[in-house]
Amino acid sequence: MKIYIPNSAFLGNIDPFLKSFDSSNPDKLDITANKNWISIHPIVLSMVAAVGLTVDPSGIKCEKLEATSKHYLERMGLFKLLGIKSDIEITIHEPAGRFIPLTTIIDSRGLSSFITDMIPLLHLQPDQAEPIKYVISELVRNVIEHAQSEKGAIVCAQYYKKSHTIRIGIADTGIGIKKSINVSHNAPTNLDAIKLALTPGITGATRREGGTEFNAGAGLFFTKSIAKVNRDFFMIYSGNAMYKLLKDKSKRGMKLNADPFKDRHSENDNLPGWKGTVVGVDISLDETKDFSILLDLVRDLYIKTIKERKKIRFKRPRFI
Amino acid sequence: MIEIKLFPATGSFAENKDVARDIRVNTIIPALDRGVQATIDFKNVDSTTQSFIHALISDLIRKYGGEVLDKIYFKNCNETIQKIITIVVDYMQESES
Repeated sequence: MKIYIPNSAFLGNIDPFLKSFDSSNPDKLDITANKNWISIHPIVLSMVAAVGLTVDPSGIKCEKLEATSKHYLERMGLFKLLGIKSDIEITIHEPAGRFIPLTTIIDSRGLSSFITDMIPLLHLQPDQAEPIKYVISELVRNVIEHAQSEKGAIVCAQYYKKSHTIRIGIADTGIGIKKSINVSHNAPTNLDAIKLALTPGITGATRREGGTEFNAGAGLFFTKSIAKVNRDFFMIYSGNAMYKLLKDKSKRGMKLNADPFKDRHSENDNLPGWKGTVVGVDISLDETKDFSILLDLVRDLYIKTIKERKKIRFKRPRFI
Repeated sequence: MIEIKLFPATGSFAENKDVARDIRVNTIIPALDRGVQATIDFKNVDSTTQSFIHALISDLIRKYGGEVLDKIYFKNCNETIQKIITIVVDYMQESES
């Protein structure tokens, strides 16, 4: 496999990075990077770490990094997590207020303690912390419950002072959304599977309306909705398909959609295959809407969606 | 009436679905089956997720019907938690109707 860390890769311009990923020869990983400057979304680090963890450290080759900002990769714990040496020397500062380094979460207990430890590191007000805790809990729990990923979820996050935004990246190398959703549904393509996974009330655990006693099929929909009402980016990539919620610039009142393809978005189903799932989300702290307003919107849409779905299944009278 | 205090099991952010299922299966359902009402106390719980509440109560509505809500009380819930509980309750009743 080959992965190139570019000069710039954030959710708005991440497509060239995804296209450049070479998934052939899965026993080896070559990591290369831009020689001048590296400025990347945490999702890029989570992806590099996730694929790196599928390879024996002896099979990972990382070229000597020259970019001025190369210490960022060391500071985020990339080389330590992959078990490879780097010649980058850094002065360790207290991480509070800036970032959450790459962390592997494999079970429910690990997730709970990660969330508890994470919030003080980001120095957030309670109302700012609420959507971030929510998003991380739902996304990582999806990995733990559905991904069948030996290595669990690889998570990291970073606070960006200039945009006053928290950016979060979560990657796994499990079975991917298509295989997971097709346990109970029929999604011919990866993009079809992503669409179903983002639709409220759809879970791979059952076809039954209302979900199972453990899964409602709403975690990804809630996460996308948080990004949407805050006018932030949200991206999900699995198999060869990627769906990206674009920033909603309209000045009209916010409206949620059950069908993710009705939101302002971009999609691509011709990307290099990612064995597993990758989710990136930005949460702008300036734009953070009252969580309870979001819940009002979600409630209205959720109920409307079930009614519409049930109505589709109604028997119709036959007039002869 | 039994009272279940969530905070000692969940902390201030109630998100661990395994804990929710454990409380439902080992405490709430046995109480309801004995004809005993249950109060779920959210004191000191600041926030929760839809997934946690779903794992805590959705199966009760499915098993016993909406009438089970006459036997369960939600105590010390802030506005956000009340809204999340309402979403799950409405969703389950709509799904099962």
